[in-house]
Formats: sequence, C-alpha cells, structure tokens
Amino acid sequence: MANLKTVSKKSKAQSMGMHTEVLTGRTQQKFFNPDEAENFYYFGTYDVDFNKRTELDVKNMTAPEANKEIDNLMSQGYGTIVIKNPQGKHSLGVGILNKLNLIFEGSLGYFGMGSCDGPIVRINGRVGWSCAENLMAGKVVIEKNAGSCFGAAIRGGDLICKGSVGARTGIDMKGGTIIIGGDAGAFTGFMMQRGRIIILGDVGINLGDSMYDGTIFVGGEIGSYGSDAVDSELTSSDQDWLKRKLKVAEIGENFDVSKMKKIVAGKKLWNYDNLEPTEKKGAI
Amino acid sequence: MCGIAGLIHRGKSSNVGSELQGMLQALKHRGEDSTGYALYGDTDGKNFIMRFKVGENVGEGSSSVMEDVSVYDERKKIVDQTLSEMGAKVVKEERTLPYSLRYEIDYDTKDLLDFSQRIESIPGVEILSMGKSLEVIKDLGNAKMVCDRYSLDKVVGTHAIGHARMATESGVDIKSAHPFWGYPFSDVSVVHNGQLTNYWNNRRVLENKGMRFMSECDSELIAVYIAEKMRHGATLEEGMKESLIGLDGVFTYFVATKDSLGMAKDTMAAKPLVLYESDDLVAMGSEEIAIRSVLPQEIDTYDPFDGEVKVWQI
Repeated sequence: MANLKTVSKKSKAQSMGMHTEVLTGRTQQKFFNPDEAENFYYFGTYDVDFNKRTELDVKNMTAPEANKEIDNLMSQGYGTIVIKNPQGKHSLGVGILNKLNLIFEGSLGYFGMGSCDGPIVRINGRVGWSCAENLMAGKVVIEKNAGSCFGAAIRGGDLICKGSVGARTGIDMKGGTIIIGGDAGAFTGFMMQRGRIIILGDVGINLGDSMYDGTIFVGGEIGSYGSDAVDSELTSSDQDWLKRKLKVAEIGENFDVSKMKKIVAGKKLWNYDNLEPTEKKGAI
Repeated sequence: MCGIAGLIHRGKSSNVGSELQGMLQALKHRGEDSTGYALYGDTDGKNFIMRFKVGENVGEGSSSVMEDVSVYDERKKIVDQTLSEMGAKVVKEERTLPYSLRYEIDYDTKDLLDFSQRIESIPGVEILSMGKSLEVIKDLGNAKMVCDRYSLDKVVGTHAIGHARMATESGVDIKSAHPFWGYPFSDVSVVHNGQLTNYWNNRRVLENKGMRFMSECDSELIAVYIAEKMRHGATLEEGMKESLIGLDGVFTYFVATKDSLGMAKDTMAAKPLVLYESDDLVAMGSEEIAIRSVLPQEIDTYDPFDGEVKVWQI
C-alpha cells in the first residue's frame, strides 16, 4: 500500500480499496464482461423446451425426492412438468431457478414453491402456509384457497390465489404483485416494504400494519386499518393498471376497479433521517 | 410446535380410533413427546367410563417421579374402596398398563364435581376423563406407539380429537399431555396448539372459584375456562367465543362434547388450522397432510380466519 500520508485523497481511497464517486463502471467491467460467457451462468438452471412435456407422480415420494426428480427432468430438457398426487406434501417445487411450466394436479402443504426464480406454476388445488415465500420472478397461480403468510417476503413475480387466503398475506414483501380473488385474513401486508397487493374480497383486521411502502388495493370491506396504513386516492392510472393486471391474472376481469380502495403507508412510523451515523454522533 | 387434529362424522359412526391415529401420525414431526386421543365411542349410554391413572410415565423435564408398581396397586385399592363408599359399582375393569386404568361404572349422578374431588383426593390419582361416551387416552410417544399400546385402532364412534405434543412450557409426562378433560363436566375434552400468556392470572381466578388444575400446562386452562363458563349456563359456543377475549396469547384449539365438536382461533390467527367440511364429515388439523390421511382424494379445504369459532353437531 502506498504511503497514505503523501497521496491524494482520491488515490488514498483507491489504495484502501474504497470506492470513489467516479463511476467508471469498473465493477461492471470486471464482473460482467459480456465476453466472459461463464459470468452469465446461473447455477442450477437448464435449457428447457416448453414443448417437451412429462408427468411425475409423487404419491410415494418424499418432498426432497420429488424436488430432485423435478431438477433431474429439467436437466433432461423438459420444460413442462405435470406433478400428480402432491397430496398436501410440504416444500414441493422449492428452489426452481429456471423458466419452467410446472402444473400441480392437487394441493400443496406448507412452503410450496418457496425461493423460486422464474417458473410459471399452476396449482389445481390449495396451498398451505408460506406459499411462494421469497419468490423472485415468475408466476404462481393457485386455483383454490391458500393458508397464512401467502407470498411472504416475495421480491418479484406474480402470485395469484383465486380463492381466499389466511392471515399475514404479503408479510415483509419487497416487490412483485399478489392478487387474491376472495377474502384475506388479518394483518395482510404486515410490514410490507414494496410491491402491490390486490384483494377483490373482504380483508381482516390490521390491514397494512406497519407497512413501510407499497400499495394495497381492496375491493370489499376492510376489518380495520393497521398502524400507519392510510387511504390514498385511486388514480386513473391505478385503475388502468388494475384492469391490465386482473386480465392477465385471469381473475375478476369484469370487476369494477373504480370502487376499489387504495391503501398506502402514512410514513409516520418512519424514523429515518439523512444523517450518517458519524454525522449523527457529531450532531448529538 | 404441537399438532392437533379432529374429525366428526355426521349421521354415522366410523373407525375414529384408526382415523385419528392416521391424522396424528401424519403430524408427528410437530411433536412426539406425547400423544393423546379423546375418542367418543359408540356406547349404550348407561354407564360412565372413567379413564384414570394411578402413576406417571415420566419423561424429560417432568416434575413427577417413577414409582414402584406396588404403589400403583395400593392406590387402585383405595380408588376401589372410595367408589364402593360412594355407591358406584364397577361393571367392567381394564388395566392396560400398571398406571393406566379404565373402569365402566354404574353410578347415578349428574354432578361429577363431588365424585371427582373424592377420587382425586387420593394422592397420585388423576381422572383423565369421565363420561358416557368420552375416553381420553394419553401417554408418551408418537400416535402409533400410543395407539398400539392401548389398542385404539378398533374404537368405533362418531367423533374424536387428538394432540401430538412437543413439550415446551412443562415437562414430558402424562399429566401435561393433551387432551384435557373439561372437569367436572361429563364428556368434555380440549386440545390446544399455542401459548397462553395470561395463564397464571386466569388460573388464580378460576382456582378461587373452586376449579381444579392438575398440571402446569397452559393448555389445561382452556378446558377449565370453558368448563367454568358452562357451569354458569353458557353454551359451548358461547364459552368458546368468550375465550377469545378472556384468553391472551396465540392459540388454535378444539373442544368436543358428547354430541358436538368445535374449533376456535385467536384474533391474530397465529396458529395454523386447515379445515375440510362436508355434509357427512368435518376433518381438521394443523396441516393438510393430517386430513389427507383420511381423505387422500383431492378435496376443498380452507384456513379459518382470525377470531373464528365454529361448532358442528353429530
């Protein structure tokens, strides 16, 4: 390392491995060079053909066995996989980081489709708690009801339940869209940080409690508002977006979105300021 | 964590012992410190069935101690003598295990309070259940182990509730295992999944009103709480609805009586419950796989919402 006492401020920062405010793209050049194809390889993904279809009966499999077999089928290029007899097993379809058409002929237990990034999933049954937790991208459609913590902490993608869902839907969500055709339970949108939730039916108590950001649209009655959840004006662009989203979701296409309520964070609970810790120390 | 399961056949009887065993075994990953069954069997309704224990099966963290079988024999003799003094005739006697007994008793009373108090005044004796249809069987181990030990798979009846326990707030023993009898009411039982945070406040109040607690398990409070409400004229459903306000904490629980089965969920819906309901069967459990053990075909199920109370009749 150079003698820090004698070098300029910019060189000093560089010598110490710190960033400067000169955004030269050095990081991108180093880690995302388009000539280096291996940098685009996403571990655990395969080239699949959506027209290549197969069925998998998981009746006598454990969840890890079933998930390994799904992975094995993707590695063989199958792009459409139909799962037979899921019978409420937990943790089915987790960790799929691939484009894939996945169809479940039945219901899932807890943690179904958790930590996925990219698949298009249709579940012709119900799902238990924490369905599609941490979803990054893709689309998950549930034809019947869902349990609590539906779409917990999702970052992206569309999560659609045509029936009703339990409590704490969209808890801690950081992006993406959750659409509910029926009713939703208590604490929907609890501590959500970004993203959108659409509920066509009624919703329980403490809606949007302690939400940081994001938007909740409700078509029915609201049990009660949570702390710092407030009404906002439903704009024409909101209505256009809702119509588009519901059409794509194949749910409530004829729903009168103009009567929906829009709930956002009042941001009164925010306790941030724009001082860095060292500056704050000085200010105090 | 704990898992609970229950089912009620409406208009017919079925092999509820075997069915509940399958449901609870499917939930064994939620806890297998102990497992308990409350079975409502088909009986002629003439005699009381008393399930009681004269000793403990002691596991980790229990405040009880293992005792010699001769102690159990001595306690049994005192129970027999006390029953005789009360004019209760033992029609049939079964001793499945040295500490666990089942008596069919010819006894004419509508007030079980005095009866129960006298039996339980014998040190080391606890009535697990008393009723003309209800039998509570609970012991250490998972559902299959307890079912095999007590030959429950042949029990035919209309409804049943059960519990797979992961011990958290009290030791591993029979006295802390679920279900709890709704003392002193005939044929009332309770199972619970969750934690009650105002247990001691409620316990002190109820004890001052003459109600009895046999364990330090918070779940016992639900049985006693509802029994006390019913004692003052409330229906089962009214008692359950009052419990949503009177009990603090997170809980889902089931209560069963001779001809009904009910469920209640706390106002935060913090504990899971999946429910299947049709004209001839209601089945519910902490997870869908419990229901799947009796209904493997594709069915419509749902999660009851926060603060929901439901009661079904046979």
